[in-house]
Amino acid sequence: MKIVACIKYSFDVSEVKVDPATKELRLTGVPQRVGVIDKNVLETAVTLKEATGATVHGLTLAPAGAREAFREAMAMGLDDLTIIDSADLAAAGPAVTAMILATAVQKLGDVTLVVCGEASDDGVSYQIPPRIAERLGWPLLGYARNITLTGETITADRDLDSGMQRVEGNLPLVLTVTQETNTPRRPTLMDALKAKKKPVAVWQVAADLGLTPEQLQARASVTRTAQEGIVIKRKQQMFQGEDMAALANQLLDALVVERVVTE
Amino acid sequence: MEKFDAIVVGAGPAGATAAYLLAQAGMQVVVIERGATPGSKNVSGALLFSQIYNELFPNFWESAPVERAIVGHSIAFLGQETSVTLDYRDLDPTHTPHNAYSVLRACFDPWMAQQAEDAGAMLLPGYTVERLLVENGRVTGIHAGGDDLLADVVVVAEGTRSQLLKQAGLRDDFYAGDVSIGVKEVIALPEEIITNRFQCLTADEGVAYTCVGHTGGVEGGGFLYTNKETLSVGVVVKIDALYKSQRQPHEILDEFKSHPFINRLVHGGKVVEYSAQAIHRGGVHLIPQLYGDGYVVVGSAARLLLNNVMTLRGMDVAVASAAAAAKAILAAREKGDYSRASLAAYEQFFKQTDVYQDMVTFKETYALLENKRLFNVYPDLISGVMDDMFSVKARPGKKAYRALRDNMHDELTLWQMLKDMAQIGRGLVR
Ligand SMILES: Cc1cc2nc3c(=O)[nH]c(=O)nc-3n(C[C@H](O)[C@H](O)[C@H](O)COP(=O)(O)OP(=O)(O)OC[C@H]3O[C@@H](n4cnc5c(N)ncnc54)[C@H](O)[C@@H]3O)c2cc1C
Repeated sequence: MKIVACIKYSFDVSEVKVDPATKELRLTGVPQRVGVIDKNVLETAVTLKEATGATVHGLTLAPAGAREAFREAMAMGLDDLTIIDSADLAAAGPAVTAMILATAVQKLGDVTLVVCGEASDDGVSYQIPPRIAERLGWPLLGYARNITLTGETITADRDLDSGMQRVEGNLPLVLTVTQETNTPRRPTLMDALKAKKKPVAVWQVAADLGLTPEQLQARASVTRTAQEGIVIKRKQQMFQGEDMAALANQLLDALVVERVVTE
Repeated sequence: MEKFDAIVVGAGPAGATAAYLLAQAGMQVVVIERGATPGSKNVSGALLFSQIYNELFPNFWESAPVERAIVGHSIAFLGQETSVTLDYRDLDPTHTPHNAYSVLRACFDPWMAQQAEDAGAMLLPGYTVERLLVENGRVTGIHAGGDDLLADVVVVAEGTRSQLLKQAGLRDDFYAGDVSIGVKEVIALPEEIITNRFQCLTADEGVAYTCVGHTGGVEGGGFLYTNKETLSVGVVVKIDALYKSQRQPHEILDEFKSHPFINRLVHGGKVVEYSAQAIHRGGVHLIPQLYGDGYVVVGSAARLLLNNVMTLRGMDVAVASAAAAAKAILAAREKGDYSRASLAAYEQFFKQTDVYQDMVTFKETYALLENKRLFNVYPDLISGVMDDMFSVKARPGKKAYRALRDNMHDELTLWQMLKDMAQIGRGLVR
């Protein structure tokens, strides 16, 4: 049995700043690495591998030069990694990304389970897993916890806003996990050593997946960018003086006026 | 249990060099580095003196991520509101290799590590070596990331804070008086401003300042190096003196930066990084035991450093020591003997290097670093003399000696000054 773990080379969102003038996100210089949620994806896939004897294959759409960033992912227990070179794809939208990933899953062959994060750290579109499922014609089992695989049947709890829903599904299917699904393992030194010998393949979208620029163009979504952002104008009131009690009263009065506190 | 020919602890200049040379000679080498990438944990100037790098990686500046070729070295004495600077410039831009290059360690260390990997070494970043494995006084491997790993020889290259040998009972702790703390900021400025402000011809040229004085009365010095789009500005001060002064390292750096001379150079820049790190003062008389059964210590883990007031050399010293150690290890491999006696060749090889010779040459310089007057009195004194010599004032002018005597006030006796001059002479002149 073959499991594919879709992982993303994401921006470290805690390092993203907003340009005060244009309200655009400043992405230059922001470090990229395998995302936080992708560790949960890896943990899920590797746990299932250990329980069933399956093989786990990492799949990512990333710059070929980023392969070093996947060292820890490999050490966590992937058998191999396929990087689809994103060099020529400036900011592929979710539809294009899903098309590429689904085509790659088909090319890997005999895959019966695809594990994804519910949404990526940086893009947060939530669209990739359902679109992959749609393309493959497989069911989607989203927000899964307590996942068990027996034979061809997966059982899991779906973590929904309204509560937990216990579901059962038959392979092949697409599974998404959340950051609450599990606690990712910390690979040992031996894991890291073994990972050194694991194969990494780099595929080109056109040459290896047979997807032409026209095909991708047709899937490219229309995007409208709004950059108003949310601007919070602070009142910048300053209370100054020596008498702390008087200052506290002034502050309280101001908060009452602003209805931050009620009398 | 997995066994390697050699394990290198730390992927700084020393560790990467050892790994590179050993792997190149066909040894199975694994390098374990605590940072997520090499250089990510590092604090350094960083001015890289080319000589030894060029021997190891000919024309390295063409492919390695260097920032600017250092075509000018200056030493600046900072008085209260004055400065006296001595500038040296190599005005022929075709002189390669340049004496030094400025580098950012977060970029340069990965390049070094890559050379080692390309030679066949196996780099494992993101793991801290927690302890050495020792059997009957012989180092047999390391413990990291929950696993033991064995090797014929362990190269300890973990930098200044080196704890592993002490922990294993193989070495004493530091003497606090021999340790300084370096604090550094990286200050961003547009490339063009740096090029113009420091009178460089192109964005590939840069300069380096060593500064004496204005470090809050604490023995130490300051530095300012030009990178492509940033300046590296920092101070290195003695830890015991800093402790006595009850001041924080960043206060000393702030004070240094607020000096009008430095302030003009960093003006308009934005601090993008702050870091601090201990630094041993080095010195040939402080070199510890460099080897033992199954291990060698290289670079600043072996407290190897050269500070002669004018330049602070740690990286090239680290590389030189690692190259000497690698040579000894390869000889040990021939004999199949990694004992203390066999690895003793490391010390002999190291003593034959230019770096070691320089350490011997400047051994008297260390007394200077202890001389408070160098930092507290002389910068103002030199400034005062200069002021008297240059200025036209409503009082009779003076020749140098008179100006000097007048500026000595009560802070310095002639006898003391003569003694200091003799010390400076021994340290730097003859
Ligand atoms: C403020 C400052 C300015 C300096 N300026 C200059 C300069 O301009 N020019 C110059 O030549 N030198 C300079 N130096 C000195 C120079 O930085 C050092 O001498 C040099 O880096 C020593 O190299 P190294 O390889 O021995 O150690 P390091 O560069 O310190 O490398 C040690 C490596 O080991 C890793 N490590 C540590 N412990 C462990 C562990 N337990 N397990 C795994 N990995 C570990 C660390 O993460 C690090 O990557 C400066 C130092 C300071 C503090």
